[in-house]
Amino acid sequence: MEWETVIGLEIHTQLATQSKIFSGASTAYGAEPNTQACAVDLGLPGVLPVLNEEAVRLAVIFGMAIEANIEPYSVFARKNYFYPDLPKGYQISQMDHPIVGQGHLDIEVDGETKRIGITRAHLEEDAGKSLHESFHGLTGIDLNRAGTPLLEIVSEPDMRSAKEAVAYMRKLHELVRYLGICDGNMQEGSFRCDANVSVRPKGQQAFGTRAEIKNINSFKFVEKAINHEIERQIELIENGGKVVQETRLYDSVKDETRSMRSKEEANDYRYFPDPDLLPVLIDESFKSQIKASLPELPQAKKHRFKTDYQLDDESATILTTSRPLADYFESTLKTSKSEPKLCANWITGDLSAALNKAGLEITDSPISDERLAGLLTRISDNTISGKIAKQVFDLLWQSIATADEIIAEQGLKQITDTGAIEAIIDKIIADNQGQVEQYRSGKDKVFAFFVGQVMKEMKGKANPAEVNKLLKTKLQA
Amino acid sequence: MSLTANDVTQIAHLARLGIDKQDIVSYTKDLSGILDLMTQMSELNTDNVDPMAHPMDQAQRLRADSISEPDNREKFMSIAPQAEAGLYLVPKVIE
Repeated sequence: MEWETVIGLEIHTQLATQSKIFSGASTAYGAEPNTQACAVDLGLPGVLPVLNEEAVRLAVIFGMAIEANIEPYSVFARKNYFYPDLPKGYQISQMDHPIVGQGHLDIEVDGETKRIGITRAHLEEDAGKSLHESFHGLTGIDLNRAGTPLLEIVSEPDMRSAKEAVAYMRKLHELVRYLGICDGNMQEGSFRCDANVSVRPKGQQAFGTRAEIKNINSFKFVEKAINHEIERQIELIENGGKVVQETRLYDSVKDETRSMRSKEEANDYRYFPDPDLLPVLIDESFKSQIKASLPELPQAKKHRFKTDYQLDDESATILTTSRPLADYFESTLKTSKSEPKLCANWITGDLSAALNKAGLEITDSPISDERLAGLLTRISDNTISGKIAKQVFDLLWQSIATADEIIAEQGLKQITDTGAIEAIIDKIIADNQGQVEQYRSGKDKVFAFFVGQVMKEMKGKANPAEVNKLLKTKLQA
Repeated sequence: MSLTANDVTQIAHLARLGIDKQDIVSYTKDLSGILDLMTQMSELNTDNVDPMAHPMDQAQRLRADSISEPDNREKFMSIAPQAEAGLYLVPKVIE
């Protein structure tokens, strides 16, 4: 039987605030345990949560970026469950009235664009951390993370393969970083993913029973965990079994998912509106202030790069994945006054390759936008050839000199003096009479041999167009 | 809506409340009574009434995003039943 996979993702993004969502404790990562957990985070009696405006603002920014309805009225609710890293016995979250309503995100898979629906995004607090090792059979609790603001982004079950799920996750990861609402650090848990996976016979409308895979903390593992789960479910059904609705944990070492909570323990969270918090009202003026401060969104920027700079889709897509990269491109272009295509090619080509190899981000590039612009200017005005430019690029990478300094120091300036080129050509024609005969008898391919010889003699510094022109004239004489 | 003895046991488990077996019958009766009252109330037509999230007709005030809470770990740990190496210690829980 042919099966179809149905995937929906729940992604928890940690919002980039200074303080917690309901308290004035710091959210900085890596502090000594429990030094950033105040009375509110500890759930001590008599304390009250007060909502952080910045968390609301960042959630609204996200809503606008996915063209969602920003709900004018949203409500916090208590999600009740018992676990030692949740001191109050409930998590403050949102249920019936999330802050961000239905929106969407477009992904590209195999050259096709697909729109993935986003059901909702809601604000909530994170829990603390349990450390199970070596405390005389007890569990150690660190509550520094308790109360950290999260935006949980829930997708529609619109994805049909692990590949699409990863594309969606990557796109969302790019977007939250682009917007500056989340640092996207997956090792530190700032961006976490749960996947709801089910299978159904192809053509069937009704969804199959789904399993939820929890806390998958890398793009690679998302793909592997989902593919593994799809296989497990198909095998189970084909052998006459039934998928049960449950939570499963992905084990990256064994590359398998295993059941985490049995059905009897299935959570009944008994949500109800939190009486400690009033409804959040978002008015038009709050929204218009945010709208005015919103950066140009990736999709709009990509469109502008294609129309204003005549870039192809691929270059425009790469250059607009992050704001720093797009800014780097535009400032390099402006300073160098080179052709946009040339500028884009150098950034998406040689520079990106070098950065990748060194494991660096564009913001840490050893070649500043200004120094790259210097190189592009000299390519554009024919001072150096494209081939020599690669040499200059390597030297720019290794030093702090400008392109002009490197060109002068290394004597890399392109020779456009026709007299000098002609002299070399004459010498090569005289030394290679055999090849001259071949060329004249119609073997055009020998032409490349002559170009090569001239370039070799001139150490690559001759203007290639000039060499071609002069060679042709002389050989045909 | 009426509860069964099983419902009561389940609710008590979710709330981590220990209840005496002999009390289950009376709890079932009392809790069912409360729910029956709700059922009676739900006979009212509320088509044009928005569900109320809070009895106070006010909006949530927001606070500026600044760090105002200093580190009081030592004080908090001094009232914890058990603490070690900066961690609160609790009975082991494994999923």
